Amino acid sequence: MRRSILFMPGNNPGMLLNADILGADGIILDLEDAVSPKEKDAARILVRNAIRYLGYKKSEVIVRINSLDTEFWTKDLDEIIPYKPDFIMVPKISTAADILVADEYITKLEEKLGFEKNTVKLMPLVETALGVENAYAIASATERVRAMLLGGEDLTADLRCKRTKEGNEIFYSRSRIVVACRAAGIDCYDTPFTDVNDAEGLIKDAEFAKSLGFTGKSSISPRHVADINAVFSPTQADIDYAIEVMAIIKEAKEKGLGVVALRGKMIDAPIVNRAVQVLEAAKAMGVKIDE
Amino acid sequence: MEIKKLATAGTLESSDAFITVEPNENGIELNLESVVINQFGEEIEALVYSVLDELDVKNVNISINDRGAVECVLRARIETAVMRGKE
Repeated sequence: MRRSILFMPGNNPGMLLNADILGADGIILDLEDAVSPKEKDAARILVRNAIRYLGYKKSEVIVRINSLDTEFWTKDLDEIIPYKPDFIMVPKISTAADILVADEYITKLEEKLGFEKNTVKLMPLVETALGVENAYAIASATERVRAMLLGGEDLTADLRCKRTKEGNEIFYSRSRIVVACRAAGIDCYDTPFTDVNDAEGLIKDAEFAKSLGFTGKSSISPRHVADINAVFSPTQADIDYAIEVMAIIKEAKEKGLGVVALRGKMIDAPIVNRAVQVLEAAKAMGVKIDE
Repeated sequence: MEIKKLATAGTLESSDAFITVEPNENGIELNLESVVINQFGEEIEALVYSVLDELDVKNVNISINDRGAVECVLRARIETAVMRGKE
């Protein structure tokens, strides 16, 4: 399941210890913004040990490294790649060439370590106007890129506009990221909702992101995880409808019918595909489905 | 690996440990304080010697103020302090 991904500060042992019991489908162990420059070395070693010794069986492990214009990112990868996190998140990716720099370095490390190519996947963090415009090129730059995250805070600074709860200022960017990622066949995560105390606002924001087509949403607070998971999970009504769709399609095939209708609506290929996706998501959540 | 200067790592927050390393010419001298010293003091001491051995540190004055850090955290903080002290 890829509904929620939760940022965890990379130099905080107490938070790292509990990172995968907070319900998030993915945890982002952060070596970038959450860590002061003089503690980069300490966080790198701590995160490496956390992955190595704690295992993190309940969540996908994503490590946000420092950006490619710093002295830290190669050291981050040298320490982390041997322990096979699911994803490396690279911040401030604005072009396909940017993500290929990280891809090339990881490929060399994987060869040196005897890992299969693309063992560790990439999740570029797109948070500049140029990155948004180049979203499809970034998403399809290499097989290693399997997901993308939109970073709304840095993006609005780059757009020179105010970040609001309504999010009108990032509407185009959100849509563009979703279309680019879907066209490239990868997952896409929405920017975090940063007001930790506004549960109603969070749900509204997550529902809007889901309606645009995002796979899931990132979060900076463990308190947001349950609501994000709920929004991005199929409802019982969705599941019931999907089961009905699959049943009627099966029946039509048996009877040799070309066109069928359910509740007065024609059932065509996109509706069947959607039903398949809903049932796959439900199964991944552990819902038992009799087909 | 030779410790050439005083260096510290970690914090005094819960689940963390604060480590200080200093140059020494007479082997390893350990000063350990821990909130769980009665329960795990011997295990922590053994871990410190094991990590220093892995890092090939033969001479050091090392002080540890453990605030309930688990093994992987203690290992990380000792390694960080040693790396900082060798530079």
